[in-house]
Amino acid sequence: MNARILNVVVNNRTGVLNRITGLFLKRGFNIQSLTVSPSEVDGQSRMTIVLATGDERIVEQVIKQLSKQIDVLKVQDITDQPIVARELVLIRVHSPISTRAELTSLIEPFRASVIDVGRDSVTIEATGKPEKIDALLALLRPYGIKELARTGLTSMTRDSETVQEIARLAKSNALWV
Amino acid sequence: MMSTGAEAAAPKPMPEKAGAEPSPQAHGRQVHSTLELTGAEMLVEALRREGVEVLFGYPGGAVLPVYDALYQCGIRHILPRHEQGAIHAAEGYARVTGRPGVVLATSGPGATNLVTGLADAMMDSLPLVVFTGQVATAVIGTDAFQEASVLGITMPVTKHSYQVREVAELPQVIKEAFHIATTGRPGPVLIDLPKDISSAKGVFHYDAPVYLPGYQPTVEPNRLQLRKLAAAVATARRPVILAGAGILHARAHTLLRQFAERTRIPVVNTLLGLGGFPGNHELFLGMGGMHGTFAANHALYETDLLINFGARFDDRLTGNLNHFARRAKVAHIDIDPAEIGKNVETDIPVVGDAGRALEVLLQECAGPGHYEDWVSHLLELKRDYPFWYERDDSGLKPQWVVEEICRATHGDAIVVTDVGQHQMWAAQFYLFAEPNRFVTSGGLGTMGFGLPAAIGAQLGDPNRVVAAVLGDGGFQMTVQELAVVAQYQLPIKVIVLNNSALGMVRQWQELFYQGRYSHSLLPLQPDYVKLAEAYAIPGRRVEDEESCAAVLREALAQPGPVLIECRVKPEENVYPMVAPGSGLHEMIGVKP
Repeated sequence: MNARILNVVVNNRTGVLNRITGLFLKRGFNIQSLTVSPSEVDGQSRMTIVLATGDERIVEQVIKQLSKQIDVLKVQDITDQPIVARELVLIRVHSPISTRAELTSLIEPFRASVIDVGRDSVTIEATGKPEKIDALLALLRPYGIKELARTGLTSMTRDSETVQEIARLAKSNALWV
Repeated sequence: MMSTGAEAAAPKPMPEKAGAEPSPQAHGRQVHSTLELTGAEMLVEALRREGVEVLFGYPGGAVLPVYDALYQCGIRHILPRHEQGAIHAAEGYARVTGRPGVVLATSGPGATNLVTGLADAMMDSLPLVVFTGQVATAVIGTDAFQEASVLGITMPVTKHSYQVREVAELPQVIKEAFHIATTGRPGPVLIDLPKDISSAKGVFHYDAPVYLPGYQPTVEPNRLQLRKLAAAVATARRPVILAGAGILHARAHTLLRQFAERTRIPVVNTLLGLGGFPGNHELFLGMGGMHGTFAANHALYETDLLINFGARFDDRLTGNLNHFARRAKVAHIDIDPAEIGKNVETDIPVVGDAGRALEVLLQECAGPGHYEDWVSHLLELKRDYPFWYERDDSGLKPQWVVEEICRATHGDAIVVTDVGQHQMWAAQFYLFAEPNRFVTSGGLGTMGFGLPAAIGAQLGDPNRVVAAVLGDGGFQMTVQELAVVAQYQLPIKVIVLNNSALGMVRQWQELFYQGRYSHSLLPLQPDYVKLAEAYAIPGRRVEDEESCAAVLREALAQPGPVLIECRVKPEENVYPMVAPGSGLHEMIGVKP
């Protein structure tokens, strides 16, 4: 599926989350994930909404309907922009002592860490792009995942200077046509 | 339009209201800003500042402080017999005057009774400011007596809503509410007011500008887009204008007529757009859509340039979208960007006010293009296939009654309808030469809308004849509002087209459900004449053309309200018709 990532800045007012989710309900749009947290500006929150569709007309409608809300200050489809996007996952994995060393070395390349240890299980924390989280989960599944919590995606666009630098490097290293 | 620095504005002495606004400063009470007011007094003072002449309200526990402040305050208060009556009346008032309708109801059931009206106003873009009482802040969320989560319930059917948590913010909230309701695409705004807030005291200031960075409607259209449209007109072979209610909201009917006459492009109206272009104009093709004219629908089907001013391509207008304007370049001018491209793909999108767009287009378009054959073809269709019905002596025909109302009122009445067959006949057979004369529930299709909306329309335009053309089904949904007609002696001519059925439902059952009239017949009818008389309103019953014509004229000659029950032929259907799922080119029941 061709998911789209929307970055939405809203007034941090009573009911604003209800307005957004109510709008999705009313219009029959589907959300894959939604994160909300205070932004750098007092009184404003940032939402990262991942839409479960790539249909251009629906995405356009979602953006227009969101923009119509009086408490919505800004809506951006950042899917095709240079962005940093991360999510955090907590995974409790079945792990008797015998497999523990193996597990620890397995998750190391993911820069994941064990944050809680029990007799039969460990809890692993990892942060990264959704694909990386998916890969980690695929590796851990055979051990037995007992509990799983993902935050959903949060994101922002890259610094514009960094973006220019990346573009410049890409040009100068353009040997690989 | 808006500036920053709202917070910086300290309470200043209030300026005298400029000019001779109709604001009823009846008692010459000008509140001074250093004075502390209760929330309820603030509400009343804010209504004065906004020039509100009439308030549609129903009291109850949570709004007792507000009603105390309203006592002898000089603002006219209309007491309906159900909150739904209040809000539909406010809609009728807004539709006719263009000014916001103001509603007040208590918490819980008072507020939930407003939901239908809110949804109706939302769909038809009517400016309303609605106050609901709420239980005291201390008990919100405890399932207190007459508590309902009004904000939660009404969020999908309001343009915006507030719950006031501090008395100090109330004046600014009211100011914002009026601003939001009346600008951009108009709509209902709700203010939920807890009882302790309306009793609490604070300093009233109303001078701070409205500052809403998240709400900046685009009024000024993009000139380059309009040049593109002008260029498209110059090369079009089969252009047509579709004019919706946006023309009425923008008060752009004169500009539209100038543009149509300048370019010689024929005009189709939507149901809600009727009156935005003169119904008797040579270039008028009639209403389009499910029960529109053959000429209008043919034009929408065959056109190669569809210019939409302020219509939202509702499904009842477009029919099956796969067949709608398929060969056309589509230009859509709308104040609401979300409407553009929602239902119909648009080639020339223009966000902005219809009036401003027409002003620019009048500069850009010098004269007609090369489509005289197309226009004369459409005008022939208009002449050859008008709305029609078979006239015989088998009984009173509802279509004839509407035509007769049009004749008797010289096409100059405000016609208010309910929803169903009679609504379509009113739209088909009453020719609206002027804007804001047709009050009807279009988008939501709310039965029970008619009578209370007529009350609001008459209050908004007290000197004009208001004909409430109702069906027997819808009339019975809000029939209690006859009390309001009688109490305020509103000279409304209530005309009930009684076919003893939910006619439109019955029609669909006849056409699409093999005549299985499942619960759509209303064999038991009240005696409408006695019903009217019970409310001290003169009642008449007519069953033939002769008596109908006489009674109508007699009623119009009288100064007060009248109810006329017209016993019409029950088996009459609304034609022509685009069956659900069909395209506009597949009409049934066109005049042979």
